[in-house]
Amino acid sequence: MVKQLIGRGALSGAVAGLVAFLFARIFAEPIISKAIAYESARDAMQDKLDKAQGLPVPAPGPDIFSRTIQMDVGIGAALILFGAAMGALVAVGYVIAIGRVGRVRPFTLALLIPAFYFAGAYFVPFLKYPANPPAIGHENTIKERGALFLVTVAVSCIALFLAVYFGQKLHKRLSLYSSVVTAAVGYMAVMAVLFLILPPLGHLHANVVEYGRQATETPLPLTDANGKIVFPGFPADLLAKFRVYSIVNQVILWGGIALLFAPQAQRLLDPAGAKAAKESRLVEGHTPVAV
Amino acid sequence: MSNTSAVSSTTSTPIGTPLIHANVKTVALLLGVSILALLVYYFIGVDEGMISVFGKSMVAHEFFHDGRHLLGFPCH
Ligand SMILES: [Zn+2]
Repeated sequence: MVKQLIGRGALSGAVAGLVAFLFARIFAEPIISKAIAYESARDAMQDKLDKAQGLPVPAPGPDIFSRTIQMDVGIGAALILFGAAMGALVAVGYVIAIGRVGRVRPFTLALLIPAFYFAGAYFVPFLKYPANPPAIGHENTIKERGALFLVTVAVSCIALFLAVYFGQKLHKRLSLYSSVVTAAVGYMAVMAVLFLILPPLGHLHANVVEYGRQATETPLPLTDANGKIVFPGFPADLLAKFRVYSIVNQVILWGGIALLFAPQAQRLLDPAGAKAAKESRLVEGHTPVAV
Repeated sequence: MSNTSAVSSTTSTPIGTPLIHANVKTVALLLGVSILALLVYYFIGVDEGMISVFGKSMVAHEFFHDGRHLLGFPCH
């Protein structure tokens, strides 16, 4: 049973990843390509300015795969594999949670768990360190950026797990309403404190040295020796679109896992419920069966 | 089966007892699956960026590059 559920979870995730890839290929990839074009043009202008001042020009990054491979195959492989892994983790959380989180129907629980993973592992960390397209991010801050992001994700996941755990304990003494609100406020308080403690990316050392104390790493306009703007800052609309698409992509991924996994989990754990759901129709004189 | 709407509340049963218990076999299985999934997370999102298990190679980073950005990982 456990192995079956994990298999179904991983498969649901892979299919959800495939759908997310279709979305990403059609809507997100043109945005990523524009960001890369901005980055290349900006680098060229920066090199020109550096040369004019007699400064050394850095070597370009590697081009192991063509853009075509990256946008047609690489991102697809990334999303399908990521989806399968997250689907498997959803199934692991599901088999542990079932029977331990009150009297929830197997179907409902299978919808809820991906929603919690989405919030804990992606959306809440995104509020502090949002997704960035190519061109945004100093190459010398990748270690700090990576560590800050992973710490935020880890703390968020652990805090959300503890909120659910202690919410269950509270429910022995308090109403469902009070225990859910208390647990949710506790999780938000932990995250708020973390967000206040961790630095904005613009405050990282390499950025302060080069650009002064900015809030983010979003490229500012380039100026020549006289302070005249010779290249624009990163386009605001492009950044906004990229971030919205990043969120939509994850909604597709986790929503897809929920919608694909829930009926399969129900069939395995609650055959009677699955049968009732299958036979439920909107018949005159009867209310539709909500499962 | 009766087609009254009351059917759903009696046939679809909320599960009130845990499905699994903490025996060695189950814990090992869940731990193994979780580690494997986190390895996938690591290679898609992190490796050959902030840290790298294959030294200076950039193959995984470059291949998963666009996905890494879109999934919200810090990249380059
Ligand atoms: Zn990148």
